[in-house]
Amino acid sequence: MLKKHEALEKNSILMLIFVVITISIGGIIEIVPLFRMETTIEPVKGVRPYTPLELAGQNVYIREGCYGCHSQQVRALRDEVERYGHYSLAAESMYDHPFQWGSKRTGPDLARVGGKYSDDWHVAHMIDPRALVPESIMPGYAHLSRRGADIDDIGQDMIALRMVGVPYTDEMIANAHSDALAQAADESDAVDGLMERYSKVNARNFDGQPTTTEMDALIAYLQVLGTMAELQDYKHDGTKRSGE
Amino acid sequence: MSEKERDEFTGVETTGHDWDGIKELNNPAPRWWLGVMIVTIIWAIGYSFVYPSWPTLSGDGERGGTTGNIGWTQYSELAESQAEILARRAAYLERFENASFTEIQQDPALYAFAQAGGASAFKDNCATCHGTGGTGGPGYPNLLDDDWLWGGTVDDIHETIRFGVRANHDETRFSEMPAFADIYADDEVADIADYVLSFSTDGAFPARGKELYDEQCSLCHADNGTGDRFQGAPNLADAIWFYGGNKTDLVAQIKRPKHGMMPNWNTRLDANTIRQLAIYVHALGGGETE
Repeated sequence: MLKKHEALEKNSILMLIFVVITISIGGIIEIVPLFRMETTIEPVKGVRPYTPLELAGQNVYIREGCYGCHSQQVRALRDEVERYGHYSLAAESMYDHPFQWGSKRTGPDLARVGGKYSDDWHVAHMIDPRALVPESIMPGYAHLSRRGADIDDIGQDMIALRMVGVPYTDEMIANAHSDALAQAADESDAVDGLMERYSKVNARNFDGQPTTTEMDALIAYLQVLGTMAELQDYKHDGTKRSGE
Repeated sequence: MSEKERDEFTGVETTGHDWDGIKELNNPAPRWWLGVMIVTIIWAIGYSFVYPSWPTLSGDGERGGTTGNIGWTQYSELAESQAEILARRAAYLERFENASFTEIQQDPALYAFAQAGGASAFKDNCATCHGTGGTGGPGYPNLLDDDWLWGGTVDDIHETIRFGVRANHDETRFSEMPAFADIYADDEVADIADYVLSFSTDGAFPARGKELYDEQCSLCHADNGTGDRFQGAPNLADAIWFYGGNKTDLVAQIKRPKHGMMPNWNTRLDANTIRQLAIYVHALGGGETE
């Protein structure tokens, strides 16, 4: 066999045919399983697309490179489950584009950080991490309090996400800007509509300032992480898809 | 250009190619390398039968994929390792679950168990706000002193940890001081602040300060400023301040009060861990008996 490859190397058509065959085998093995990706997403209720404000917060999270130091995946290992809570499910990041699983933990995992700390804590911690955690090496993000949240075109982000499968409705997209403002307002008449469109929304003035800042957006995002899935009803049985 | 020849030093045939006088020996891939490659291919095939690997190609309701013939999943492995640690704790857990706080505090073995579990849970969950040693900070209560907002018995602490303060839970501890900037003018607020300061400093105060305090503030903070734990109204007569104790801080707090928030931990931590934490925090220094 080893001697015959000379024939291959000297005939470009034959070479081409064999190259195509070889690459196809690798390609099929890598690509075909992706068409069955939905079978790997667990049946768990409660996971919804991010609200416009949470989405703006995720944009801040990505822009500031938070994923460089914080992962968002609690692995199915005893020490991680003891520390962070229930292991992450694929269903919990199915609307993340791009996913924020991360690959390095310089800081703690954030997959279940939602509700763990108060909004005030997050604000103080973003402004000066060492004021609360003296041993922290996280940089300060005080500028987020001074910058208005980028929500004018957040509906466009939602349109783009809908193209890759996030089930935003026309109504959600049409109300994106007012929903974003309502979620971080002290009081707003638009909150009822927001609550109707998205389940279990934290709507409050996250950073205590009258304007809707990037701090509001980021904290809204952090406070919802890991809280959507109704894990108390989730049983891993490995085979059947139930509910939905 | 392309003539094969035998290399005179090694006795190996060359490829016949010649680049500026440099020729290449036509050695086959080493046998050991080829062997390892073939073994890994065989290994991969075997692995895909033994462990979960391929997504299923048929059936819309199916999920997962091939399960592998030994039935291994990372979740069953997790369950096993959790069962192992639970078995190690079981020696204490059963007695711990059924014992009252008083019984635990009187039983050295159970008490040590509670302390150890409480200490590690505290570092993971509580230290971020209350400090590694429980000393707190502005807006985050010190857990070492005798000053308690919602009570310092083990039962009180236990309830605070379970349901939180102004948290997202029906049974959470809740109270909210009104913003007096909407009710009083700036000079009136300043007078009230002077009167409040006089509780702990015996300083002078304007009569109007006392009058307004008695009218509005005493309902929750009591006539002599000692507060009301039932409503989580802080004691104003001691020198311990939550949001700062100088007049500017007091004025700010009276005008637009800040309200701290502590999450409810009953959804995040299991019941036994919360009981361990209650005992641990109670023992930090300020625990009350009744």
